[in-house]
Formats: sequence, structure tokens, C-alpha cells
Amino acid sequence: MKFLRNIFDNAHATLNKKESTKKFFPLVDAIDTLVFTPNHVTKKGSHIRDAIDLKRTMMLVIIALIPCLLFGIYNTGFQHYRVLGQLDTASWLDMIGVGALVVLPMVIVSYASGLLVEFIFAIRNGHTVHEGFLVSGMLIPLCMPADVPLWMVAVATIFAVVIGKEVFGGTGMNILNVALTARAFLFFAHPTKMSGNLVWVTGYEDAKVAGNLPDGASGATALGDLVQGKADPSMAAEIGASFDAGQYDLLHSFVGLIPGSIGETSALMCLIGAGLLLWTGVASWRIITSFFVGGFVMASILNLVGGNVYFDLPAIHQLMLGGFMFGMVFMATDPVTASHTNTGKFIYGFLGGFIGILIRMVNPAYPEGIMLAILIANVFAPLIDHMVISSNIKRRLKRVKVA
Amino acid sequence: MKVIIKKGLNINLEGPAEKIIKDGEASKLIAIQPSDFPGLTPKMLIKEGEPVLCGAPIFFDKYNDVIKFVSPVSGILKSIERGAKRKITSIIIESDGKMTQASNSVTDLAKQSREDVISSLLNGGLWPLIRMRPIDIIAQPTDKPKSIFISAFDSNPLSPDYDFIMHGKDSEFNAGIEVLKKLTDGPINLQIRSTADDVFKNAKNVEINTVFGPHPAGNVGVQIHKIDTINKGDIVWYINPQDVMIIGRFALTGTYDASRVIAVAGANVSERNYIKTLPGSQISSIISSKNIKDNSRLISGNPLTGNKVSLDGFLGFYHQQITVLPEGNQYKFFLTEGWLGAGFKRFSASKAYPTWLMPKSKVYNIDTNLNGEERAFVVSGEYEKVFPFDIYPVHLLKSIITNDIEKMENLGIYEISPEDFALCEFVCTSKINVQSIVREGLDLVYKECM
Repeated sequence: MKFLRNIFDNAHATLNKKESTKKFFPLVDAIDTLVFTPNHVTKKGSHIRDAIDLKRTMMLVIIALIPCLLFGIYNTGFQHYRVLGQLDTASWLDMIGVGALVVLPMVIVSYASGLLVEFIFAIRNGHTVHEGFLVSGMLIPLCMPADVPLWMVAVATIFAVVIGKEVFGGTGMNILNVALTARAFLFFAHPTKMSGNLVWVTGYEDAKVAGNLPDGASGATALGDLVQGKADPSMAAEIGASFDAGQYDLLHSFVGLIPGSIGETSALMCLIGAGLLLWTGVASWRIITSFFVGGFVMASILNLVGGNVYFDLPAIHQLMLGGFMFGMVFMATDPVTASHTNTGKFIYGFLGGFIGILIRMVNPAYPEGIMLAILIANVFAPLIDHMVISSNIKRRLKRVKVA
Repeated sequence: MKVIIKKGLNINLEGPAEKIIKDGEASKLIAIQPSDFPGLTPKMLIKEGEPVLCGAPIFFDKYNDVIKFVSPVSGILKSIERGAKRKITSIIIESDGKMTQASNSVTDLAKQSREDVISSLLNGGLWPLIRMRPIDIIAQPTDKPKSIFISAFDSNPLSPDYDFIMHGKDSEFNAGIEVLKKLTDGPINLQIRSTADDVFKNAKNVEINTVFGPHPAGNVGVQIHKIDTINKGDIVWYINPQDVMIIGRFALTGTYDASRVIAVAGANVSERNYIKTLPGSQISSIISSKNIKDNSRLISGNPLTGNKVSLDGFLGFYHQQITVLPEGNQYKFFLTEGWLGAGFKRFSASKAYPTWLMPKSKVYNIDTNLNGEERAFVVSGEYEKVFPFDIYPVHLLKSIITNDIEKMENLGIYEISPEDFALCEFVCTSKINVQSIVREGLDLVYKECM
């Protein structure tokens, strides 16, 4: 320990020697504070402080994301061999190998590009590097399709950190969820790489161009199929069957062996993450439950409307598909961009789930409605808080009049 | 009335004071520190080197000249210490050890009119013991409070036990209450625990309320909020039970005897007990340096709201305890003691450390390390868990940071004081110094609106 401590002390001393190198203080400081909690003592106010800090909180979210990450790696490989029709011959190690080669570079690119921006801003503005990006850097690859080019990941990450966060003043000041900003940026800037039927399964497009896909192989997501079934009733029976028993049945959807963004397919892994976040109190149970209820209510309403294969899919099955669970557990619960008041959190969560399912099911252009709905809810969160606080103010003013 | 507080947090620290009362060594130097009284600008009445008597005025409030501050001992005015812009930081009196009283004519305060009682308390130097809410400053003699609050227990970590200190002091306490009764037409609310001593349970002329629940249940601000909420324009006064006794002593004997019993507690002091001493006493007269471990933080007051002092420093005017905690000025390696460690010894109100699964009675040795770095507000909802007010704490703080007075009023600044935010400051993930923000807000509101 002493040895490590000396390295950092020397590094700080070296930087401090020259005026020109002083501004690189955040670089050393960021690594130093990661390894050692600083020796800062309380100066004013409470002399003792809680053991919690932002690093611990953020790390718990990253730990909660690990099941999704690991399953995402496996599933990326699984889907690859599925469309090639080689599930029988490929071992699970092959699948993890293929998945890791796709996912890990994305994780590295996301962290590298995001942290680069964070460091540049820290040096430019002369403050320490804040922890916010530790979670965003993991969320960004997990909400990308498997075949998105790495340079797009980098561009989207840089855009999200600069425009989504730093222009507002950094961690804690942003209005929109950073990871979703990255995803939305790519969704609108490069729609061919973020939607459609070609990008969700790695190797699918190449195989299709080369013409060595087996008959009937599809790279579409469950939601993509449902949109198609809704638009083209002649295919409804076939698609409906795959949801009753087959590729997209409730069990597959729940476990997550279906195509989709890397980390989002498995409702089971999202729930494990949710369990950890709720158990440690990091995520708000108010948001998660109300988000679920909101989505369930909307899906049930559309069940009642019925009339096509999409609207007839049972509500609970609907919620297992796409990014609903992932968005609910990891995106909507971001404390900075969610409502800050406890009452507001219920409204905010409900709004997100409700609108998410509405956009997804009614507008065929946006099967990934959850992303847009959470961004809308982010924008509405301050307004919701304003309403909640206004009622508190009214209560206080009323008390004066009664007295 | 029963008051049940649900939100809050008890912090069990190592080293509570043993229930033994000792007479402290009489401090040679006694200081009155104007910083103990927010908003006060002292104007001296006597000069350095002049003799003073016990109970004789030394200075008054420049902006409220009826409020006088008296010497708790007889002796000479040794020095007036000044800080930046010649602001007086402390007034130091050298005691002659004789405690010669300025006057000791007994007046039966209970038979006097309200105005006469007020002027007796003002002239006797007892007035600063009475404080007001809102703003949390010394009460204004021109106000008429709607009620007076006395919290008969302290729920802060390592706090003194008033049931123990006040046991058998019925006559002084009741005499004090009788004087206070003159000051308001409303009730005198005495908040007790269900296990309170008879001195409180049998107190006369008071409304007794039993309070249940964790800290900050003992904070008078919380009690006022639950029992008789302050609206804009309302004034409530409050006073510590030991200070009621000092007023009672004055009523009974006519002498100014400010002595009170304080607790000496904390993990880093070896002799922990109760000590009878005077406010303003030098810390070294209360704690001997050989009883303190190396690298300790001395605090006049409790760990959540007190002031950092040195052995040469002085006990604060309102402080009821001295706490000695380990200083946390060492680096903590992240895997062992730091942010990624298992943390079986690290106390946290959050559930991010496994200690929340342990029994609530477990005691912790918490040092003064900040345990992180200051950040912007990120985590939401954590203040609300320890803040039993119908107030949105973070939004109120943001309105203070932006100097938005109308919003501060709307969000309830009249109902709170810095100590009510002490737990928020403790639990804050972003390590924001909340109490000083609140104090700035209150000072601004006082300047602009009162």
C-alpha cells in the first residue's frame, strides 16, 4: 500500500513542479482517488460522514449490469449460430467466443471515448473527473445492436457525453439520460445501423450478401416480426405461432435467447440486476414498479382493442420483449434525470412505461419506443417535480390562511 | 400528546459518557465567542484590563442593544481577540476564582409583569439562553411567541442524558418554567421520552408531549414542526432544559450561575463522564491532554453540529458535550477500507454497505474522513429518509443556493434550522456541506424579511 501511495504522491509532486503540467492534475487525481479514498477530513458541519460515496453507488450499478453483460455476450454468439443454422455444431464456448469478440471491443471503445471526453473537460475546466460515466460507459454498448460499427459507438458516446452532459455542467446536471442520448443519436443519424432486420444478429448481413443463409433464417427482432404481422395480416398466423410456441415464446423471451440489443434481451438478467439495485437501495422501487405498471396498463388496453397479432399478444409477454425491462431497471432509474420527489417518481415511472408501450405498439416506425419514452419522461421529470412541489407550497400557504 | 417520528437515523458511536458527575477544574480562562450567536455584532462595554464581576455585562448586540452578554466569572478582561476586518472572534476573561457576583438581590420574578421579567432577564444576562425559531438566533425581546419549546432529551450521537443530569433538580427547573410562563400566552411544550425522569414528568405549568422515534426526534425544530408548526410570521422560542435551570437559579437566588453539566464522550478519550463546568471554559480544564489519543478531533458540541476546537479552545455557549473522535486524515485503500471494500465496519444509512444487515444496537467507530469527494447532487431521495419534515429538502437547498427568497419562504425555510439538516449532511453521497448552506439562507432571510 505504502508503495502505491508513494507512486501517486510522486506523480502529484512531479505535476506540481511546473505551471504547464499542473492542469493535468485531474488525470492523476482520477486514478489516485479510484485507488485511495482521499485523506480529506470534514471541515464544517457534521464532523462524521456516511461511508457511502458516489464511486460505491456507481459501482453497485455496474455490478448489477454484469449479468446482462455476460448473458449479452453469450446470446450474441447464440444468435449468430442460430441464423447460420449451426446451433447443433457450435459449443457454448464458440458462442461466448463470437460474442466476446463483438461485445468487448464495444465496451472498450465506449469507455475509452467517453473517458477521453471526461478527461478533456476536467482538464479544461480544472475540476476532478466525476464518476457518472462509469455507468454510462457500460450502458451504451449494452443498448446497441450487435453489428453496429465501432466508430459509430465512439461517435455516439462522444456526442452523448458532450451534448448530453458536459454542456449542462457535467455529472448531476444533465437533463437526458446519457446512454439513451447516445442510442437516440445513432437511431436518428444512422437508422440503417440501428433498426431494421440486418443489424441485430452479428454476421447476418454478411451471410445474406454471400448468400449462404439457410432457408427461413431471419435476423429480425421479435418486435420487428410483430410490426410486420400487424401490417401484413397474411403473415399473422405464422408470426403468432412463433410467439405461442417457438422462437419467441414466453420462456425464450423471459430468458432472453432472442435477437435484440446486446444487453436488453434477457428479462431474467434485468430482474437479477433489479434485485441487487433494490436490495441495496440504489435504484428507486417507486420508479421500477410504476414503470412496470404503466407498461402493463397500456399493453392491457391495447389487448382489449385487439384485432391484430401485435395487439393480441398478452401484456406480460409484451413487457418481456425489446428494451422494456432493461430500460425500466437501468435507464429510467437514473437518479439525475428521473423525478427527484418521491411522489413524482411514481408519476414519472408510470408515464415512461405507459408511453413506451404506446409508441412501440402503435407507431410501426419505432419498435424501440421505450428509449424514446424514457427520454420524454426525462424531459417531463422537472415538470412533474414542479407540480408535486407546488402542491406542497399550496399546503403551506393554506395553513397560514387557516391559522 | 404523543409524537411519533418515523424518518431519521440513530448513529451509535463508540464511547458514550459514563453516568458519573465530576466537578471540573475551574477554568482560569473563560471565553465568550460571538460566533456562537449567529448574526451577532458585539459592541464592547468594557476595555481590556478592566475588572469584571460575575453577571456583569461585557458587551451588547450592536443591532439590538437591550441584549447584553455577561461574564460567567469574576476577574479581569484579559483580551479581545479579533479576526479578519477586526471582527471580534473571542473575548477572554481571566478568572480570579472568587465568583464575586455583580448583584444578588432576589426579586420574585413570578409576581412581576411580563415587561419587568423581560428586563430582569436582559439585565441579568440570561436572555441569550432563549432562542427563537425561525432563523434560530437569540429571541427578540419585542416579540411575543406563540409557544415555548423545551426538548428534555437529546438524540444526537453521544449526547448527554438530561434525565440523569437533571434528576432531583425539580425546584430550580420549576422555578425556571414559572419565569418562562410569563413570556408567552401560549403553552410551554416539554418534550420527553416515555422513560423520562420524574423531574420532567412532574414538571408544572407545561404541556408534556411524549416523543417516539430516532434522531432527530430530540431536535426542537422537529418537535415544533409536529406539534405547533411555524407559519410565516409565527415566532416560537426554545430553550435547553439545563438553561431553564439556570434561569430558575437566578429567580431563586438572584445570582448568575451559568454552570451546567456536560458530557465528555467519544472513542478517542479515555476518561468519559459528566463534568460540571461553565460555558466558555477552556477545553484543557475539562479534558486532560493525557486522556486523549494521538490524532484526535476535539469537538465542542455533538459530532453532527459541533465546532472543531483545540485543547486551548473554549466550550461553546450552547454546547452540552465535548466529543473526541479519531481524525480521519489517512488514505484508505479502495479494496480494504475504501469504497470497494466489503465494509463490515463502515456505518452507512444507505444499504450499500453490509452493515445495514447488522443489529441496530451495534456501535461504530467513525472517524472524521469525508469518505469521498464533494460532488453535485446526484442521488435523490436520500435526504428525505432522515428528514421528518413536510418539506422538500433538496429543493429548499437549491432555492437557497440560488438566493431565491420567495421560493425559500414557499418551501418552508421558516420551519428549519441548520441542525435539522445535520443528518442530511451526514448521509449525503455527494458530501455537500448542507448546514452552512442553510445558515446562509437563514441569514439572508433574516436580513431581507424580518
